[in-house]
Amino acid sequence: MTAQTKSATPVPDGAHPFPHDHLLGIEGMQPWEIGFLLDEAEYWVTHRQRGKQLKRLTQINAFFENSTRTLVSFEIAGKRLGADVVSMAVANSSVKKGETLLDTALTLDAMHPDVLVIRHEAAGAVQLIASKVSCPVLNAGDGQHEHPTQALLDALTIRRRKTRLEGLRIAICGDVLHSRVARSNFHLLSAMGAEVRAVAPPTLMPPAIDRLGVIPFTNMDDGLKGADVVMMLRLQRERMAGAYLPSEREYFHFYGLTEKRLAAAADDVLVMHPGPMNRGVEIATEVADDIQRSAIKEQVEMGVAVRMACLDVLTRQRRGLAWNGEGWA
Amino acid sequence: MTVLHIKGAHIVDPASGRDEIGDIVIEDRKIAAVGAVQAPSSAKRLDAGGLVAAPAFIDAGVFRADAEACLAGGITRILLMPDQSPALDDPALIERAMRIGKPHVWVHPLAAATRWLAGTELGEIGLMQAAGAAGVSTGRRQIASSAVMHRLLRYSRAFGMTVMSHAEDLELAGSASATDGETATRMGLPSAPAIAESVAVSRDIRLAEDTGAALHIRTVSTAGAIDIVRRAKSRGVRVTCGTTPAHLLLNDAEATGYRSFARLSPPLRSEADRLATVAAVQDGTIDVICSGHDPRTQEEKRLPYAYASPGMAGLETLFSLSLMALGEEAGLSALVARLSAAPARIFGLPGGKLDVGAPADVALFDPKRAWRVEASALSHAAANTPFDRLPVRGRVVTTIKGGEIVYNAS
Repeated sequence: MTAQTKSATPVPDGAHPFPHDHLLGIEGMQPWEIGFLLDEAEYWVTHRQRGKQLKRLTQINAFFENSTRTLVSFEIAGKRLGADVVSMAVANSSVKKGETLLDTALTLDAMHPDVLVIRHEAAGAVQLIASKVSCPVLNAGDGQHEHPTQALLDALTIRRRKTRLEGLRIAICGDVLHSRVARSNFHLLSAMGAEVRAVAPPTLMPPAIDRLGVIPFTNMDDGLKGADVVMMLRLQRERMAGAYLPSEREYFHFYGLTEKRLAAAADDVLVMHPGPMNRGVEIATEVADDIQRSAIKEQVEMGVAVRMACLDVLTRQRRGLAWNGEGWA
Repeated sequence: MTVLHIKGAHIVDPASGRDEIGDIVIEDRKIAAVGAVQAPSSAKRLDAGGLVAAPAFIDAGVFRADAEACLAGGITRILLMPDQSPALDDPALIERAMRIGKPHVWVHPLAAATRWLAGTELGEIGLMQAAGAAGVSTGRRQIASSAVMHRLLRYSRAFGMTVMSHAEDLELAGSASATDGETATRMGLPSAPAIAESVAVSRDIRLAEDTGAALHIRTVSTAGAIDIVRRAKSRGVRVTCGTTPAHLLLNDAEATGYRSFARLSPPLRSEADRLATVAAVQDGTIDVICSGHDPRTQEEKRLPYAYASPGMAGLETLFSLSLMALGEEAGLSALVARLSAAPARIFGLPGGKLDVGAPADVALFDPKRAWRVEASALSHAAANTPFDRLPVRGRVVTTIKGGEIVYNAS
């Protein structure tokens, strides 16, 4: 069912496959850079499970916002590469003591990490930290801005199932307004030549979304028509309080992914969800558990591979590896 | 008593319509003569050849009384916002605020419209007026309750006080840090629709119209709100409004890269709204250009965008940036009207004109002198400005307050 795939957009002559110090977002990345990271991740999926690339290197995961899945995924990725992995739940410590974000960044920097993985509830916070530290920074989600490794793992999952990204019709459905996952996916998928649709109730559709090269739909049945991939987003329950939506049952009625609704999509449609799922709110259980069409479990697996690839690529310079035009030496 | 004789200046005084080369004689802190004048030979001479002499500027809505910066910007009078610590909601606090600029700048405090600026109980407007308040202000925020705003306007009218309002619907604006649009969406910033402004302006104008009160909207920045003001003025509603150089020169894309110095209140708008704001200053719908001076410390700005406090330092750059926004073609008289004459007229302040007997507050500027804004060289306590490193043309050379030369550009 899943095949090894290679990037359809090879690195052009004279270009560097990943000329960035940090991975802060997908926006602005070249298609071949994305393809390169996906190829690197593919290596970890197919060839082997472990490496020594990060041996004797220190990886600090500083999560200013609570997370379980992403944090565990980054921890496993670092450990599989041999790194000394330290995770700090900063949300519960220094922030409460009134330390400023920049002071926290300087404190982290003083511990001489070789790579920092950061999640923060405010858009732009990870960029701010990256500008103050002397090691590569990986954005594990900043506010409603970006979550680049999630978009990469989604792309890898799609590429393995569909052998390509270009030309696919991909519908991203749900609370698009508050979703960093959606934003990173918009940038990535449109850069790779997919037709990207945003399906959301009008109150959860970001303003000027068409300027990101995305086609907006407020009617889900229209948005799903002929879709090759349907990506569902998690609905935060507090949205009811802000008058974004009347109720969970109304949301499920009009925007929940059911068998019936999915019939409008392509026959071989792939169903995805970044997790954690609200069964019966945005997705029906029978759709989530359909092994033929649901790639939800696979996404988690790809997550570790993608994060291994990103950690490896970002630390190459520190490990004395440079791109010579053909390979790393 | 020394007499000061300003010789050969290009006098621009929109209040009297004067726009000609001439002299100004100052005696006893007042203007003694303007135009073709005779000055006693004992008078101290100030050769102003090549310079423009205008009534010193009046900044309508400043959050911090930074005297040195005022003078460097040709400003001798400021309307101080009631958003101080504590809020200016008591006559004793008004009296104290009036003294903080002495001897450099006239501080005209604005009375807090509601106690603690909380938007629920009326402030002691009459007592604060007696203590010296020049007007009433809702502060940084809109008064959410239409009933409170209605009563405030009725009450203020009886005292002849102009009410300065903040034009952002409190609920629509929420905790947003940007205007809805491509930039906010790309950056994942919490944003509010631009109509938060016209909704607020529309309500306040209807309430002003109903009560006959004088309403001044401190900052308008959207085409929708400007259109509402324009139509209200043509119906004869007593409404005036202002804007800031930042809203005339910058749009919402300025926040790209999370540059928190571009976080302002109201937030920067779309390019179409910016152009509409420039046009409204040119056609006179916008009466006043104010600095919105609200400097922030590093601790308040070096934060993720949504956590950073809104505001910028603006006193020292008010004139130069206003000139840049309007262009010299628009006419210096129109510019001076918005910086001096209009705020004096709207709030009934002395100054804002160069008539005989008026206070001798004069700004001498060179509309052609080029300089570069350098945040580090600004005299504010906190010098954050989105215009750092910007080359500008037009600079205040000398500021005279009460007949004394209080500032000379080096």
